[in-house]
Amino acid sequence: MRLQSGIRVAAVVAATALLATGCTSGDDDSTTPSAGASTTEKAAKVDLTFWTWAPGMDEVVAAWNAANPDIHVTVNKQDGGDPAVTKLLTAIKAGSGAPDLMQTEYQKIPTLVAADALADIKGDVSDDLSSHFADGTWQSVTLGGDAVYGIPQDSGPMEFYYREDIFKKYDLKVPTTWAEYADVAAELHKKDPKAYLGTFSATDAGWFTGLTQQAGASWWGIDGDAWSVDIDSAASQKVASYWGDLVEKGVIDNKPMYTPEWNAALNDGTQAGWVSAIWAPGVLAGNAADTQGKWKMAPMPQWNAGDDATGNWGGSATSVTSQSKHAEAAAKFAEWMNTSQDAVNILVSKGGLYPADLPAQAQALSEPPAFFPNQPDFYTTATDIAKSVQPFTYGPNVNVAFSAYNDEFGKAAESKKAADFLTALTAMQKTTVDDLKNSGFNVKE
Amino acid sequence: MTVQTPTTSARPARRRSGRFAPYVYLAPAMTLFTLFLALPIGYAIYLSFRSVKVSGLGLGKGARTEVWAGFSNYSRALTDPDFISSVIRVGIYGLILVPTMLGLALLFALLLDSRRTRGRGFSRVSIFLPYAVPAVIASLLWGFLYLPRVSPFYYVFDKLGWDVPDVLSSPWIIFAIANIGLWGGVGFNMIVIYTALKAIPTELYEAARLDGASEVAIAWRIKIPVVMPSLILTFLFSMIATLQVFAEPMTLKPLTNTISSTWSPLMKVYRDAFTRDDIYSAAATSVIIAVATFALSFGFLRLVQRRAFSQENS
Repeated sequence: MRLQSGIRVAAVVAATALLATGCTSGDDDSTTPSAGASTTEKAAKVDLTFWTWAPGMDEVVAAWNAANPDIHVTVNKQDGGDPAVTKLLTAIKAGSGAPDLMQTEYQKIPTLVAADALADIKGDVSDDLSSHFADGTWQSVTLGGDAVYGIPQDSGPMEFYYREDIFKKYDLKVPTTWAEYADVAAELHKKDPKAYLGTFSATDAGWFTGLTQQAGASWWGIDGDAWSVDIDSAASQKVASYWGDLVEKGVIDNKPMYTPEWNAALNDGTQAGWVSAIWAPGVLAGNAADTQGKWKMAPMPQWNAGDDATGNWGGSATSVTSQSKHAEAAAKFAEWMNTSQDAVNILVSKGGLYPADLPAQAQALSEPPAFFPNQPDFYTTATDIAKSVQPFTYGPNVNVAFSAYNDEFGKAAESKKAADFLTALTAMQKTTVDDLKNSGFNVKE
Repeated sequence: MTVQTPTTSARPARRRSGRFAPYVYLAPAMTLFTLFLALPIGYAIYLSFRSVKVSGLGLGKGARTEVWAGFSNYSRALTDPDFISSVIRVGIYGLILVPTMLGLALLFALLLDSRRTRGRGFSRVSIFLPYAVPAVIASLLWGFLYLPRVSPFYYVFDKLGWDVPDVLSSPWIIFAIANIGLWGGVGFNMIVIYTALKAIPTELYEAARLDGASEVAIAWRIKIPVVMPSLILTFLFSMIATLQVFAEPMTLKPLTNTISSTWSPLMKVYRDAFTRDDIYSAAATSVIIAVATFALSFGFLRLVQRRAFSQENS
């Protein structure tokens, strides 16, 4: 929820920025979606409903409706990811009431597939669709199998944000590896005992997931007809003990993100860095408005010098539900909305999303976010980074794993002992496996 | 006199329909009770004996089926270390909160009732006012006051050079939450006790004063024994509210590492139902909490009934 509101804020800010700078490229043809997408051969008019909470959806849908009188899409605004999923699952259980199209956060897709809420639209979309997306993003909608459970819309490749002014003041070097990050964190904290380069947030499971994704972890997997759970893997352990060590040394903070206290720290510079994702400018603009122009974005610190990898934090796809009677038409709309240049331009300009579609990014993202006037190449850099998102598979009980993360890493962060961070990871693995087994899933160990 | 005539003539007719009248009067209440209390409770009990079984990967149609689970949801809840520690935690929370809250409520009620107190109306309203603040709002409010960097209290402590520990860290968190309950609860309990005090006939006080009793002696020997039933009532309410503590820890949770998703028993129910999508376990835990609440309440009432309420008769 927090993440979504973060994205939402980011979206609004970016949208305003793009509007202000007049960057609505392709204005003249944005209302005429590509001819290939329209299915005018259908005799009867098809009505589709679309549950979404992303900003700017009305504009994209209006453009589609104007060009496709035979397939009419109606936007039905939802409160956000969690309530919409609960509503959808209820409708699926009841046998009616589900929409045709649904905005689905990547980590919720396996849960929804497991509940038989989403349709496999592989047969209804272009064969070369996968070439539009980074491998990691595409895997989120296929679950690593042959089926296609949605079309990626936006993504949240992770980057490192830092206060340029504070880095200059203390003569700090922007870290390119995690070893350097640890050194810089220690140096900053030594020079200003109140300041931290970041915090380990036990309330943001998606953040930690993205960090392990960068290190090469994939918490779930499908092995034949069984699920495998690999939360307590060597890659995750590396990440957990690294952060545990920083917390134990006291060179980074152990308090959660997204608290009034954290906002205050972002504002007054005692949080001088943030390992975050592409939508961070919006969150910073909302939570630390006074620091405009003081932040810079850099690629994530790497585990090995010269590597080029990142994780993902946030983002959604557009899925067709299993109750839709017009899956083909719905899939066509979803494909157009997320992969055609015209639609992506509207998504960026009106919705402020960071589009998952790689070919359309260059044209859609030509101006930096308003909060980063000091970094004109913001999106050029971000686009390069986005290509290095590592593959990651989510499982059918992400919610269980995420709430176990909050509980177990909360304890570890509070104890400030590096060893407890590894214990927390083991406990997460156990809770997640136990839950799958208890529900009757085939689990391979 | 003429007015009475129609009434008397209508009486026989009314007597005939009188047989159904009680049921007609009862109908709305019974309908509402059935629809909104009995049926949901019955459904929750039904759900608590069910569970979903998934086959294979759990993907696709027909992969999950609802089956009878017997008492497995119950045995799982009762052996869940998280649930047991949440019960113990809430027990300690109650031991901190209830005596403090009722003690303060009684003290304030007695002070307000004292003859010498000035500004009675203002004091009464200002003590009662926090009760009107919803628990979620109160928790947000206190949450801001608890965070060292945004709290004016910590600012003052810092200026004074005092090193006050972070109340959201592990040993203090239970007091931090109890404090919110205290802030919101004292006013209500005070009003209940104060109302009982107002009902005491003034002759009792006059007689006591003639006998030379001081204000303290009057409070101790007359007022407290007379308001004992009210104290028992408020204790019962407080005990039930303690078992059901939810809004305060749930609202503070994102601000700190120290509140787990199963901090209180009801938070476990919430987590099972809405985070884990397992309404069956949630239903079983709810039934356990409801039964425990009933048992504790009636056990307590039986225990104190003879001592407190029989006093008047003996």
